[in-house]
Amino acid sequence: MDVIVSQFFTGASTGAVLLLVALGLALTFGQMGVINMAHGEFLMAGAYTAYLTQQVVPSSVSLLVALPLGFLVGGLLGLLLEMTVISRMYHRPLDTLLVTFGIGLILQQLARDVFGAQPKSVTSPGWLRGQIGILGYDYPITRLFIVAVALGCLAGMAALMKYASLGRRIRATVQNRDLAESTGISTRATDRITFFLGSGLAGIAGVALTLVTATVANLGTSYIVPAFLVVVAGGIGQIKGSVIAAFALGILGAFLTYWTSGSLATVLTFVLVVVFLQIRPQGLFTVRTRSLA
Amino acid sequence: MKRSAGIGSGSALNLAGIAALAVALLVVAPATLDGFRLGNLAKYCCYAMVAVGIGLAWGRGGMLVLGQGMFFGLGAYVMAFHLKLEAAGPGEIPDFMMLYGDGTMPVWWEPFRSGAFTLVMVVALPATVATLLGLAVFKRRIKGAYFAILSQALAVAFATLIISQIEATGGFNGLSAFTSFFGYSLYDPVNDRMLFLIAAALLVGMLLVVFQLYRSRFGELLVATRDAEERVRFLGHDPANIKLVAFVIAAVMAGIGGAMFVPIVGIVSPLDVDEVASIGLIAGVALGGRATLLGPAIGALAVGYARTSLSETFPGSWTYFQGALFVVVILLLPGGLAQLPSALSRLRPVSRRRRAVQVQSEVTA
Amino acid sequence: MRPTGQDYVEIRDLTVEFDGFVAVDRVDLTLLQGRVHFLIGPNGAGKTTLVDAVTGLAGASGLVKYGNTDLLGMKPHQIVRAGVGRTFQTATVFEQLTVLQNLDIAGGVHRRAGSMLRARRGVPAYVAEALDTIGLTDLRDRPAGVLAHGQKQWLEIGMLLVQDARVMLLDEPVAGMSAEEREETGALLHRIGSERTIVVIEHDMDFVRTFADVVTVMHAGRVLTEGTVTEIQADPKVQEVYLGRTVEGATHA
Repeated sequence: MDVIVSQFFTGASTGAVLLLVALGLALTFGQMGVINMAHGEFLMAGAYTAYLTQQVVPSSVSLLVALPLGFLVGGLLGLLLEMTVISRMYHRPLDTLLVTFGIGLILQQLARDVFGAQPKSVTSPGWLRGQIGILGYDYPITRLFIVAVALGCLAGMAALMKYASLGRRIRATVQNRDLAESTGISTRATDRITFFLGSGLAGIAGVALTLVTATVANLGTSYIVPAFLVVVAGGIGQIKGSVIAAFALGILGAFLTYWTSGSLATVLTFVLVVVFLQIRPQGLFTVRTRSLA
Repeated sequence: MKRSAGIGSGSALNLAGIAALAVALLVVAPATLDGFRLGNLAKYCCYAMVAVGIGLAWGRGGMLVLGQGMFFGLGAYVMAFHLKLEAAGPGEIPDFMMLYGDGTMPVWWEPFRSGAFTLVMVVALPATVATLLGLAVFKRRIKGAYFAILSQALAVAFATLIISQIEATGGFNGLSAFTSFFGYSLYDPVNDRMLFLIAAALLVGMLLVVFQLYRSRFGELLVATRDAEERVRFLGHDPANIKLVAFVIAAVMAGIGGAMFVPIVGIVSPLDVDEVASIGLIAGVALGGRATLLGPAIGALAVGYARTSLSETFPGSWTYFQGALFVVVILLLPGGLAQLPSALSRLRPVSRRRRAVQVQSEVTA
Repeated sequence: MRPTGQDYVEIRDLTVEFDGFVAVDRVDLTLLQGRVHFLIGPNGAGKTTLVDAVTGLAGASGLVKYGNTDLLGMKPHQIVRAGVGRTFQTATVFEQLTVLQNLDIAGGVHRRAGSMLRARRGVPAYVAEALDTIGLTDLRDRPAGVLAHGQKQWLEIGMLLVQDARVMLLDEPVAGMSAEEREETGALLHRIGSERTIVVIEHDMDFVRTFADVVTVMHAGRVLTEGTVTEIQADPKVQEVYLGRTVEGATHA
């Protein structure tokens, strides 16, 4: 029982990290259909933002300062990418994948040249040190904080999509671009804002990640593929699907790691995702339309 | 990129191109290049073999295969198993197993002592895995971006699997320290030359196979599937089967490339087969022109050469170059360098026309 | 080549449902060989959905029998191989291939798998014949993308001929055509109609009047009535639902 609880919590926290990374992707890929392989590098940019912030601000508050900063950095990078490259390639989704991969490579090398190849560590603030006992398992407060950030971002995004006029504009543009245009919605501006938000979420995720990982140039590469799988398995265009998929993958991975080993668990998780997509190629949830994929 | 290049009148030109490349590789190169450079060129030929398959699957078939590293790896590791056993000697087990494991060899390693079995597996293993994968994916109509992401994930999974089974695969360090290749000593420079000729000949052979495929009715059907898959269904064909054939052929080509890579380079590790390596294999294809006959091969040779030169001078510059290559080529020249002549010829008149239209709209606005 | 005889397609109790919305409601239809059978009705009547169901694009319940073959449940490409072909509202030809290549590629159903690896040598007889029947012999080496809209439709029909489709379901073949092109199409349908079973979905009432042998009127997923052009024109139900409302706007250019 003890083992199950501890693996469950470990898995839930991994799932929260995955969700944080995948949320931005759920916006840009799930909603807009843009495959941004540089999303991982926006993550990295957020992490380095946290590192830099700590150089000027004391570590007790640097995290809180870095979170909005990371959002800005990620968002602006995303906006720049959208305006210069992505906007030219909406009709070529596969090519966008390759182009953004190239940009990701360039950003990685830039980070290496500017910050050096050695991983940098970001000290967690004092008030996040220690553990809390939940159901007999000692839960590190940093991980609880990550879960909180993930759920906060999720709530923010859900509220935006449901209640704000921007959210309605995004949904309209996604569901029927031409119709949205004819009702006066500037789809170009909506695209830009959506991409800004999605990339900004990556920045926040990067800041949060510094609590549990070292900051290094290729930070994004280990998260990007699982994040895409989460969005695909959850169902394109369905954020709640990504939530379930992220936690499912995290918890599944934790149990598999316990039974086999870390590497084998990764392999098995991938295999399970492929098998799942076999049974349900559209993912967990789908947007009901009559159009063909 | 919708180009049906090479069908019909282009055939003679393409054959001439293959002949020219064959002469350059099989006659000119061994005569003019020293051992070191020839060895590098041999390595590039292995990448080029993978590239030819990618040209078939992606350029003509429309499947963005981001996981060819896995098939490359299957062929490579199979060959590596055999060469390690050859180096250990009859009845002996490879050195690394005593280092990483408990000194016993996994039972399934044993058949790889046989050279014939190994050669069969170099082709059969990638083909079987590709068939199973292809059936699972294409019949469920998983295509486009989802297929690309899935293929990438599989390359990650494969590399991770290799790393985890260190007692059987050498893990992160990979397999190296081979001594001979089917009886030919790997320390003898004459045999290096032979290896180069084998790799180059295999490359030319693959180009001829692809040449015929592109001319054939299957080639036309493949292009039709790429451009209008649902329409092909109404011709009475299941597009899944058409894509499957192209996918399997591409996998076998990658496997053969991987198998030759091992004796030529002397080491294979998970870094050669993971998702980063897999996307790297795409770079050359994109540069040369993914849908053309010779573009992928020549592009891969060029990219291989660029990588070696740049890595020697400025270590980080290769990453910048590779990144820039993806951005510039795919953004501006999606048909690769093969598209350059027609793109340039269209450049001037169009911009004049566009400017004229701009001026007009500004005046009437 | 399939032996000619009394070929027919029997549709019984065909029902297509999407999430509770009944698009095709227990339709009975018998399509006889040698007749040009028109299917008309207002938008949303279920005509295209019916064709989708017969050709395997939409799931349906009921019975669709062609000869000894039960078409329901078969995959689209298998239905094509059984001899049932269709066209789409927007002509879908392979734009990058020439007219000849388009026709040749459609002939794949005749060929064994092995011959796929060989390049085309010359023009097979059935392709030349189809080229002649649709009247595009002069344009055989032009890429299909440069053809006029009407010519693309004929090419699509030509591909069905090459496929040896004994049953042809044509979805609005003359939409967007000039009057001349319409005449040509009607003549084409009559040329090929004697040996085949042809079903045409159309909105153009002049075209229907001129070329139809039998007309079935659909409304809200059901068959309203069936008969010759004169019969259905006289039917008050039809006048109320369709003809009466649209006779002014029916003749579009």
